[in-house]
Amino acid sequence: MATDILFYIFAIATLVFGALVVANPFSRNPVTSAMFLVLTIISMAGLFVLLRAFFLAAVQVLVYAGAVMVLFLFVIMLLDLKEEERRKIKLMGLVAGGLSVGAIVAIFVRSLLATKPGENLPAPTAVGDTAVLGKMLFTNYLLPFEIVSLLLLVAMVGVILLSKKDLK
Amino acid sequence: MNVGLEHYLIVSALLFALGLLGVITRRNLIVIYMSLELMLNSANLALVSFSRFNDNLNGQVMVFFIITVAAAEVAVGLALIVALYRKRQSAHVEDLTSMKL
Repeated sequence: MATDILFYIFAIATLVFGALVVANPFSRNPVTSAMFLVLTIISMAGLFVLLRAFFLAAVQVLVYAGAVMVLFLFVIMLLDLKEEERRKIKLMGLVAGGLSVGAIVAIFVRSLLATKPGENLPAPTAVGDTAVLGKMLFTNYLLPFEIVSLLLLVAMVGVILLSKKDLK
Repeated sequence: MNVGLEHYLIVSALLFALGLLGVITRRNLIVIYMSLELMLNSANLALVSFSRFNDNLNGQVMVFFIITVAAAEVAVGLALIVALYRKRQSAHVEDLTSMKL
């Protein structure tokens, strides 16, 4: 019962903060969006804990709220985006965007209601803690794990090349 | 009413829609990028909830890989934005309509 109340708290927090990332009525400063994205990610980590994905909740906070958001804020400060606040949103883009997003939500909700994927499932027992996931990563998923490490190396080399002063 | 798989999936769908709305309507490259992160996160939430309710941890390993790839993607994307900003002095998509530098 308590977990149900916690689910609603975290779900509403995630959605409200997510909406404030996209459209904040008080400020159109990118720094505000970044701060609300941090709050969204932290409340989503709460949802992960409710789903017994403890390792992923920790990784979510460390990697997203820590590393990725620091990178975002660093770039925002570096670019000094001040003039953004003066421009106004085009009405046509807003209408078209709202229509397409409404259509996507309608498709999602209709298909969810039609298929009912949560019915007749066994009672969940699996717990995603570090020991279990670590064992899976180094046995079943060893090759993808190594490929991902290679991907990180490639990304690092690419970023260093891109941020050189005289880009050829 | 007990909270089940559908509840989490609806939260995930709404979050995805919010991210999509941001990508379509916002005009600032950095905010577009943040909305993209929102969409990736909603996919993660859907995968974790499927993994929980189907009693199968493979979905969580998938989310681990998505988080890693997203971190690499953010690093490369922000480096691209910085490089573009050096050339054009703008991070506004309407100023960046031509391919040639």
